[in-house]
Amino acid sequence: MIGTDRVEVRKTHKLFIGGAFPRSESGRTYEVVNTRGEFLANIAKASKKDARDAVISARTGFNSWSKASAYNRGQVLYRIAEVMEGRKDQFINDIQDAEGTSNKKATAQTDQAIDRVVWYAGWADKYSQVLGNTNPVSGPFFNFSIPEPTGVVAAVAPQDSSLLGLISVMAPILVSGNSVIVIASTNSPIPAITLSECLATSDVVAGNINILTGDPAEIMPHLATHADVNALDLTGITDPVLLAQLEVEAAGTVKRVRKAPINPNWQVTPSLSRIRAFTEIKTVWHPMGMH
Amino acid sequence: MSFQYAPAPESTSIVNIKSSNGLFINGEFTPGHGTPFKTINPATEEVLAEIAQANQEDVDAAVRAARRAYDKSWSKMPGRDRGKYLFRIARLIQERAREFAVLETMDNGKPIRESRDVDVPIAAAHFFYHAGWADKLEFAGFGSNPQSLGVAAQIIPWNFPLLMLAWKIAPALATGNTVVLKPAETTPLTALLFAEICQQADLPQGVVNILTGDGETGRMLVEHPDVNKIAFTGSTAVGQAIQRQIAGSSKRLTLELGGKAANIVFDDAPIDQAVEGIVNGIYFNQGHVCCAGSRLLLQESIAEQTIESLKRRLQTLRLGDPLDKNTDIGAINSREQLNRIIDLTQSGEDEGAQRWSPDCVLPAKGFWFAPTVFTNVTQAHRIAREEIFGPVLSVLTFRTPDEAIEKANNTPYGLSAGIWTEKGSRILGMANKVRAGVVWANTFNRFDPASPFGGYKESGFGREGGIQGLGAYLTSEESS
Amino acid sequence: MSSFNPQTPASYKGLHSFLAGLPGIDQVGAEARAAALGTRSIKKESKIWAIDMAISMVDLTTLEGADTPGKVTAMSAKALHPDPTDPSTPSVAAVCVYGDLVYAAREVVGDRLHVAAVATAFPSGRASLNVKLADTKEAVDAGADEIDMVIDRGAFLCGNYGKVFDEIVAVKQACGTAHLKVILETGELKTLDNVRKASWLAMKAGADFIKTSTGKVTPAATLPVTLVMLEAVRDYYQETNIRIGVKAAGGIKTSKDAIKYLVLVNESVGDAWLTPDLFRFGASTLLNDLLLQRQKMITGHYSGPDYVTID
Repeated sequence: MIGTDRVEVRKTHKLFIGGAFPRSESGRTYEVVNTRGEFLANIAKASKKDARDAVISARTGFNSWSKASAYNRGQVLYRIAEVMEGRKDQFINDIQDAEGTSNKKATAQTDQAIDRVVWYAGWADKYSQVLGNTNPVSGPFFNFSIPEPTGVVAAVAPQDSSLLGLISVMAPILVSGNSVIVIASTNSPIPAITLSECLATSDVVAGNINILTGDPAEIMPHLATHADVNALDLTGITDPVLLAQLEVEAAGTVKRVRKAPINPNWQVTPSLSRIRAFTEIKTVWHPMGMH
Repeated sequence: MSFQYAPAPESTSIVNIKSSNGLFINGEFTPGHGTPFKTINPATEEVLAEIAQANQEDVDAAVRAARRAYDKSWSKMPGRDRGKYLFRIARLIQERAREFAVLETMDNGKPIRESRDVDVPIAAAHFFYHAGWADKLEFAGFGSNPQSLGVAAQIIPWNFPLLMLAWKIAPALATGNTVVLKPAETTPLTALLFAEICQQADLPQGVVNILTGDGETGRMLVEHPDVNKIAFTGSTAVGQAIQRQIAGSSKRLTLELGGKAANIVFDDAPIDQAVEGIVNGIYFNQGHVCCAGSRLLLQESIAEQTIESLKRRLQTLRLGDPLDKNTDIGAINSREQLNRIIDLTQSGEDEGAQRWSPDCVLPAKGFWFAPTVFTNVTQAHRIAREEIFGPVLSVLTFRTPDEAIEKANNTPYGLSAGIWTEKGSRILGMANKVRAGVVWANTFNRFDPASPFGGYKESGFGREGGIQGLGAYLTSEESS
Repeated sequence: MSSFNPQTPASYKGLHSFLAGLPGIDQVGAEARAAALGTRSIKKESKIWAIDMAISMVDLTTLEGADTPGKVTAMSAKALHPDPTDPSTPSVAAVCVYGDLVYAAREVVGDRLHVAAVATAFPSGRASLNVKLADTKEAVDAGADEIDMVIDRGAFLCGNYGKVFDEIVAVKQACGTAHLKVILETGELKTLDNVRKASWLAMKAGADFIKTSTGKVTPAATLPVTLVMLEAVRDYYQETNIRIGVKAAGGIKTSKDAIKYLVLVNESVGDAWLTPDLFRFGASTLLNDLLLQRQKMITGHYSGPDYVTID
């Protein structure tokens, strides 16, 4: 009886900032339970200083990620999918714990999430062909429009759909060269933490992706007012009062804001609108004259 | 012996300004219920007309009319037919082009040559371009069945009144929306003439509504609950106020705000054309241009001689009666704007920059400001940071391309930039690095309905023109 | 008087480097500037002034194989009195003919007008230096006080700037006290960068005037090309304090065109150049249109071809 039941090494769940796993500088944590109310883990509770650090890492990450070639970005995203595939079982367990779904549904969600990363990886060297173009201006000028990444994006992952929804918010932001600070689902953060472990072992540039756990109502206002954050994705904000407050704060620096979708269906293949939402169109003119 | 140009005034007999003007709601001119105000000719300070002020009742009526027109006719109309109305409007603008140009010059103060050769033709072109999109939206990359949004509230500035109206109304109508547009307080006349065009084109009533009024009218329009989309061009401060105002609602928003563009000139620039580009960049339209090249970043090695060439060129600028066909620099649009320019230029002197203007006789009446150049400006000066919106150029220097990029991007704005160099790779390399929505390389101030226009950062978001500009007025059914 | 620095073969590299170092020109921008200046509205008293100035700047020209002494004599008489019914009409600046008909022109105009002769195997410039110099000397001996030479475009286009330079220097010497205009033949140079280079080369080699075209190649004078040449002349003046003249020749047919050129001069190099000593029109039919416009300005009604003389 004794000796056959092995004592597990339990994980401490930390933040993912700048390619590393720090605790919150506030030292705080909060409890996450499964759908039956059973204790799952103590999760780091990010503070505004963590958010500030994440922005600094994200800006540094952006400076190199945005310079990576499209081909390169596609490769990095694909590698993330490779590493996720290797951790499939862990993800399935995490989702079952977090969402209380069946093994079959958790498996389906994991499969879809990985496939979605692959889908977005394939867009890296193509979306600019669809969103950009030359413009037939009247005059001897060559004129082209190209989509560029907007910079640092602060995103709130959906509260439900702890992996597929999370991926569906993060990947389109990254594809075009933005860096991202994601606030994971408050009640179902564990798949996001497993994801951050995948990211740490992929070829992701440090700071390019940052994952914070905690209360969006506490952290997001600081990100919404932060002058070095360029855009907000408010997908996971469910409180309309908080939503309105964040949009007001975003106006202080004229941030681009993607509002929360109503009843999103993460299973359907997305359109390009999430990629488009975090790009800026730059239009360049040059005279054409051989003499 | 010198070649004097005799006065060559454009006749004003072609315009017929009514002394008292109403609002344009539901296809008809109707009195406003607020306190009317006057619009003047800024070159002479002469009163041109009395203008109606739209109050809440009027705003409600206009939105109601736009909603009814949307529900009952415009949203049901096939794109092909919407397009034909837009083609009619384009043609009518061309037919009455001279009238529009003279009226614009009288109300705004800009030279007739600019109204005639830039504002009016490009406005007509916007209607032509967007007319053709009306029945091809499924090819524009917004899904196979993109939908219009409903009623669009549009607020435009005074610097290019008719052109800004075209930039707003053409795509909105092409994509199936109806509009309520508020022109700027100091420049309502060409919008009211445009309303006549809408009548002449037999545009279904309520599709276009024009509400004249001040900032209050604008606020009421933005706040109206039955507006689906807001498009604003104007100052960053007001744009931010609008963004705050609609927080929490489902209203869509695009903003086209201020700028402090860097015009970067390298030592291997085609120098004579670069000087033209510098002059055009900041003195065209009296500098009342959001994308004006108001910061000249000159490579230090050619700074002195380029500034001399620039000063020599500025001596040939002709400032005076905007209705004279030979005038290059017209009047400042209002006393308020003139005072702002005077204050900021004073700060330039106070902060230690060197100020210079060509010899210029300013007319006694009206609002005038001589083209001005400040040299020895640094990033820390207010005149390098704040948008002056007047004919005032700040000249800074740089040593290397990297430094030029750093200085160019070191601003909360990001609307436009100019790059002057003969080196091909450098043109593309600099265009790649500069954080601006519109980059003019070896040219400046070029506009076209097919070319998307809009800014990065605090210069706003969203684009107007081109295929991308359609997106502001469309929605596609999205799953997530 | 112009200054020039005779270059020895050893310093041709200097000439090449100098020309290569000149600022480039953006064609679209230059054309836009020229076109914008063409929109100036010149009316009433300024139009009358411009017409009279243009008339006084005309080099009345005949350069045809079929020219005879009779033709040149008639044209020269017109050059002196362009409008016999209106003696207030200014006379032109010069008559411009082939070298072998200089004598016929001189007989009519005496000392009252300049007589310009084309020389140096005009218009092609394809002949030996000796032939070109002999061409020049004969014209000068016959009484030409202005020589319009052509540059060797073949040499220019294959980069042999030294040869082009040396020829101009030699022709300038052969001119003696005669005034040298150097024809660049811009229609064959094609690019505006070439026009700028050729302008500087000619000025450094001793030209008193630089001239756009022979009139035998299309395009001849255009506003953008002339603008580039005026800018070169302006820059040369900044550097040396010497004013070189510019002659726009070929393709300028109407008063409206001519006035555009005057505006171009006025707003590029400045009104110091608005004198026949520094700006000329090489033209034949232009003169009659100027006279017709002049008559209209004076009488108030449109005039007709019967009211101006054909030579």
